Amino acid sequence: MCYLDEVRPPDDMPGVRSVPLISVRDLTKRFPGVVANDSVSLDLLPGEVHALLGENGAGKTTLISMLYGLLQPDGGSIAMDAQRVTIRNPRHAMDLGIGLVAQHFNLARRHSVAENLAVGLRGTPFWRPTKALQKRAAELTERYGLEVRMNAQVAGLSPGERQRVEILKAVMQGARVLILDEPTSVLTPQEADALLKVVADMRRDGRGILFISHKLGEVLRIADRITVLRGGKVVGRRAGGGAEASDLARLMVGAPTATPQRLGIPPEGEPVLRVNGVWVRGRRGQALRGLDLAVRPGEILGVAGVAGNGQSELAQVLTGLARPDKGTVTLAGLDIGRLSPREVRKLGVAYIPEDRRAEGVAGSMSVTENLVLRQVRDKEFARGPVIDWRKAEAFAAAAVARFDVRTPSLATAARTLSGGNVQKIVLARELSGRPSLVVASHPTYGLDVGSTAMTHERLLAQRERGAAVVLVSEDLDELRALSDNIAVLFAGRVVGTLPISEAITEAGWERLGLLMGGSAAA
Amino acid sequence: MELELLTTTLARALAFGTPLLLAALGEVVAERAGVVNLGMEGMMMLGAVAGFIVAAATGSLPLALLVAMLAGVAVAALHGVIATFLLANQFVSGLAITIGGVGLANLLGKEWVGKPLAAPMLPFDVPVLSDIPLLGPAFFTRQYALTYAALVLALVVWLVLFRSRPGLTLRTVGESPAAADAAGANVRRVRFLAVLVGGAMAGLAGAYLSLAYRPAWGENITNGMGWIALGLTILALWHPLRAVPAALLFGAFFTLSFRLQAVLPPELLTLLPYLVTVLALTLIAWRGGRGAVGAPEALGLPYRRGERE
Repeated sequence: MCYLDEVRPPDDMPGVRSVPLISVRDLTKRFPGVVANDSVSLDLLPGEVHALLGENGAGKTTLISMLYGLLQPDGGSIAMDAQRVTIRNPRHAMDLGIGLVAQHFNLARRHSVAENLAVGLRGTPFWRPTKALQKRAAELTERYGLEVRMNAQVAGLSPGERQRVEILKAVMQGARVLILDEPTSVLTPQEADALLKVVADMRRDGRGILFISHKLGEVLRIADRITVLRGGKVVGRRAGGGAEASDLARLMVGAPTATPQRLGIPPEGEPVLRVNGVWVRGRRGQALRGLDLAVRPGEILGVAGVAGNGQSELAQVLTGLARPDKGTVTLAGLDIGRLSPREVRKLGVAYIPEDRRAEGVAGSMSVTENLVLRQVRDKEFARGPVIDWRKAEAFAAAAVARFDVRTPSLATAARTLSGGNVQKIVLARELSGRPSLVVASHPTYGLDVGSTAMTHERLLAQRERGAAVVLVSEDLDELRALSDNIAVLFAGRVVGTLPISEAITEAGWERLGLLMGGSAAA
Repeated sequence: MELELLTTTLARALAFGTPLLLAALGEVVAERAGVVNLGMEGMMMLGAVAGFIVAAATGSLPLALLVAMLAGVAVAALHGVIATFLLANQFVSGLAITIGGVGLANLLGKEWVGKPLAAPMLPFDVPVLSDIPLLGPAFFTRQYALTYAALVLALVVWLVLFRSRPGLTLRTVGESPAAADAAGANVRRVRFLAVLVGGAMAGLAGAYLSLAYRPAWGENITNGMGWIALGLTILALWHPLRAVPAALLFGAFFTLSFRLQAVLPPELLTLLPYLVTVLALTLIAWRGGRGAVGAPEALGLPYRRGERE
């Protein structure tokens, strides 16, 4: 089947004659309650670097999952070389010439580089499969400057080297289309520069590169064309040459939709929480790099930023789950950096964790048990080592009524409740002890409208009674609605803090986008 | 005098280490593909009893060996289905197979207890090699063919695992099933086949005891060897060639526990394989994190496509 007649030159590149390597037309993918990709169209030409720009949740990952055969589209079509294709699985994608370098590397850590390359290759000999590929690998290594040590074990390689192995693997498997998903997020600046050079060399050889990123600077440097996604839709296309960072930032974050519920009365007094020059190592290297922030009593500090810029580690360091390698965290003048989570909690820190089902509740335990987890050692509920279950249940019943937890009974396992009700249990438990600091990570992620509104009310109520609130969120509308100040995290540091009065102006809005994209101009 | 003690100890260590080596090689294959098989002991018992009954009934050793291996394979298939297709807990499945397998083998062998085998596998001297001083009496005198088969198998397993394409695929399945899957390997089939190989080797190990080493059937004939083979797998760091000296070492512990009864309580020496295994595990954990040594990364983890590792 040939669909050549359907192929039209890209709208924004009239006069281009070459047949696109990949043509995506009106691709749609729905998940329960959300349209992750809504009629997305896109062309990738030979010798083109096409950047896909967007925030988290914009639909970038869904789109590449469909291009790599990990998800099947609900509507629309994908064509390769003007032939319509159904990409069944990753192996099929590779056979078609599509390679993906994902954010999480798909390598056997204890194999050598050569073994990792050999395992995916077709037609390697039965004996010594790693020997036959050395020559070809050496050629490609030289051609693209993909320096890798063939006999080194992957576990001992830096993220940059592992990425080069992934790229080499894709190219050896015959990838004409290379999808790079946030490729510089794990790299040092020097490695990122080297990668951009590799990308340029591949473009020169007529390969097509789909470059997924949220970093404006590198996109402007490398891309021939830029497609901006927001909320699952293509909201703009720009030619790489003439694009402006501020224009792209505005496209990426969109126009403000909700009006703020209130303008914060600027809180007074001395900060109760001070974080000074904190460095923390995360699972993927240095996560916080000299982070500073301060929060006053009665202030909600919104923390904005694209996921993976240190948000999780910030929440952990504030709640005693991570210890700073350098720097200090003080709460009401007391250094809490070295304290255990239990000691931190005793000082009045409430934590509404990112993953409410895994970290917020013990799923197979009852509603009552989950509600008293925090206070179970207090005199109120315990006589020595024995828990007074009558009192615990009375407390739980009151909390369930106050927070409107919809549960069949107090003995029901928390796991069986909906996300909104699980969050209500977390809120009821965490906010019951008159905390002086509330750390909330993505508290409304995945919740329905009602539960979201209730969560917002509870956080505002904590602010009214004088608690300091650190609200980490990717939802800019939420941050605008609740925060007194908005701090933007980028690469483990606060790169800018805007009072809410500024954040709601058009200029402030644009500045937020630029800060989130790591644009130095901001 | 001391020399003779040394050579006879080595000879006994080799004879005693043979079933350990056979079973450990099977476990190395299964675990390199990512499946733990705690059913080793049960599979060895069933192999031992099946081999003995067939040999006693037909007098054919090749047939007895084949049936012993098939008995191991049959039980391994059960474990394979549970562990790789139903994605259930491998440890529970393996334990159940050991407990059930030991009981079933004892039941099947009940009327054969104490009956001698008319035509057992006989030890022999390897021509020429047995005349070499020291080495001859230590390794080439009055050993069984299965012992040499086990040594050859160690080499074969190593060649396949580390020098061939299917071996590379198998190891990738055990290290990173997601990477193997993306490379087009059928993760479940590879794991299932690896478990079957492990079962066949366990059956062979059992048959060595009932057809050659004893040669008779007795209740609990394996006497915990399946568990020691699991420890051996760890001590050998999941490497088939390193399993050879490790098996010799464990065999020596057993022999010495008989020889040194007058000096040391035998229980102390029979304890040594377990102590050494614990020590090996401690050392691995100590140096762990660098990834150079240690268990395959996906060992014991069921694989579902699309789940992040």
